[in-house]
Amino acid sequence: MNEVIKILSGLDWSPLWISLKTGIVATCISFFLGIITARWVMKSSKGMKAVIDGILTLPMVLPPTVAGFFLLLLFSKRRPLGILLYEHFSIKVVQSWLGCIVAATVIAFPLMYRNARAAFEQVDINLIHAGRTLGMTEMQIFFRVVLPTAGPGVLSGTILTFARALGEYGATSMLAGNIPGKTSTISQRIAMVIQDGDYLTAGIWTLIVILIAFLIVFLMNMISGRNMKHIKRW
Amino acid sequence: MGIYLNIDKKAGNFHLNFLHSCEKAVIGILGASGCGKSMTLKSIAGIETPDRGRIQLEDRILFDSKNRINLKPQERSVGYLFQNYALFPTMTVEQNIMAGLKGDKQEKRRIAGEMMERFGLEKLAGQLPGELSGGQQQRTALARILVTQPQTLLLDEPFSALDGGMKERLRLEMGELLHSYEGVTFLVTHDRDEAYQLCDHLLLMDQGKLIEAGPKEALFEAPKTVTGARLTSCKNISRIRKTGLYSVCALDWGNLEFKTEKPMTDEITHIGIRAHDFYPLNEWEYSMEKRRGVNSVFPVKNPSVTELPFEWCITVREGILWKCPKNIRQHQADNSIPYGLGVKPSAVMLLRE
Repeated sequence: MNEVIKILSGLDWSPLWISLKTGIVATCISFFLGIITARWVMKSSKGMKAVIDGILTLPMVLPPTVAGFFLLLLFSKRRPLGILLYEHFSIKVVQSWLGCIVAATVIAFPLMYRNARAAFEQVDINLIHAGRTLGMTEMQIFFRVVLPTAGPGVLSGTILTFARALGEYGATSMLAGNIPGKTSTISQRIAMVIQDGDYLTAGIWTLIVILIAFLIVFLMNMISGRNMKHIKRW
Repeated sequence: MGIYLNIDKKAGNFHLNFLHSCEKAVIGILGASGCGKSMTLKSIAGIETPDRGRIQLEDRILFDSKNRINLKPQERSVGYLFQNYALFPTMTVEQNIMAGLKGDKQEKRRIAGEMMERFGLEKLAGQLPGELSGGQQQRTALARILVTQPQTLLLDEPFSALDGGMKERLRLEMGELLHSYEGVTFLVTHDRDEAYQLCDHLLLMDQGKLIEAGPKEALFEAPKTVTGARLTSCKNISRIRKTGLYSVCALDWGNLEFKTEKPMTDEITHIGIRAHDFYPLNEWEYSMEKRRGVNSVFPVKNPSVTELPFEWCITVREGILWKCPKNIRQHQADNSIPYGLGVKPSAVMLLRE
């Protein structure tokens, strides 16, 4: 017990903040990008749909290290895009917190996109037709009719996206590396301390992760439950 | 002016193609499911775009492929009552009614409030559509439409989601509403009672084509086609062979002979007789009528009887159905089965395929 207190008092809390920051930013980006992409894919032709959907879903089904490898190819400072970003905009993706965000976003994005699309496809097309014949603009229809109706689906997509982004390990470790205080997220820290044989610290971090994950999912469920009370669905 | 509809649209194997013009009225489009009646309504609303054609309602051209006119649904001033009402599920009754209104919030609330009062929805203002009964949903949908003061009403099977008693009451309400409504109304239905009760002018459609059109009375009295007769729910239709200028032999009814009022032409392939148009004859009357030779008569054979609350459905022979009015307290059909049945020449409808 004394040992636990000793570790806790000397614990470097930075991985917690890095993970949370990464998760929130990645979820925000995925949220908007996922919704826009979902709408775009729904509107495209059947053949295009299958192709685009396949590409967008790949990061979810591939091992994260494969995604990490591709991201490294893209953003490496020895590659055209990486050189361009670094020399003209002083943006460094590899071995930086930005890398954490990029990796987490790429991995978590398909969850948002797929959930948003599934939720939108459930919306009765007549609601949209009704909005149009009532003289509502397309924007009004989307924000006041479609989005609220698809709300529960979009929200659960957001929860999953956040959870996935928070726990991202494979792609992050390849792209952003494990720089303490900068890119070292909780999952990377756990892996590191286990390699050092420090099971106690690993256990403490594991408990923290479990606590955060449960808290978020619980909170989100409460919120979505409140919104869904009036909508009859099975 | 009036109404001009010319719609040509292909969708897969289905081809909707017809032209019709008529005066401003409550126009009913009657047809079986999949006949193109909903697509017609959607084309008028601007939800579907025809490949070719022109849609003009009085002085407003909504669509004209030649002149590249195609107004957006938002600009067509149509009130579309969807089959499932399409109420916005996350909005309250009041919010639904305000959805199509523009202007400041106070004004919108006031107008919506008046409309809710008119439809008796005041107490439900804060409810969500999922909490309403079918009838309340329909009233909300109607209020939501009428609050925008549309110049055209499009009603898509408005009563199909309701059950018996409620359906009848709302039909009466709808009748009053349409009576006081000043714009053009289109009502799509597969129910001939609904069409007859609510509409002035009817279009009968089948497989994307316009079969017949005209004032409802004329169409119900004398449909000209087999499909038209079926749509106006003529129960007895038979193929025929001509036996004289004013007489035919009904091939599907054991070659019974029928006299007609109008002369037979080569076009006529069938006759139709409405189930209510037969009259009963006892043995003596039967022989008298037969000797007189004005009306067509035949003896009843192998009758089978089904009881409905207010009528007997009696199959008299070879599939000829006779509907005989009865009292609700009467349950024995034995006395109702006559020796024979007669039918006047004017009740024999001449039909073409």
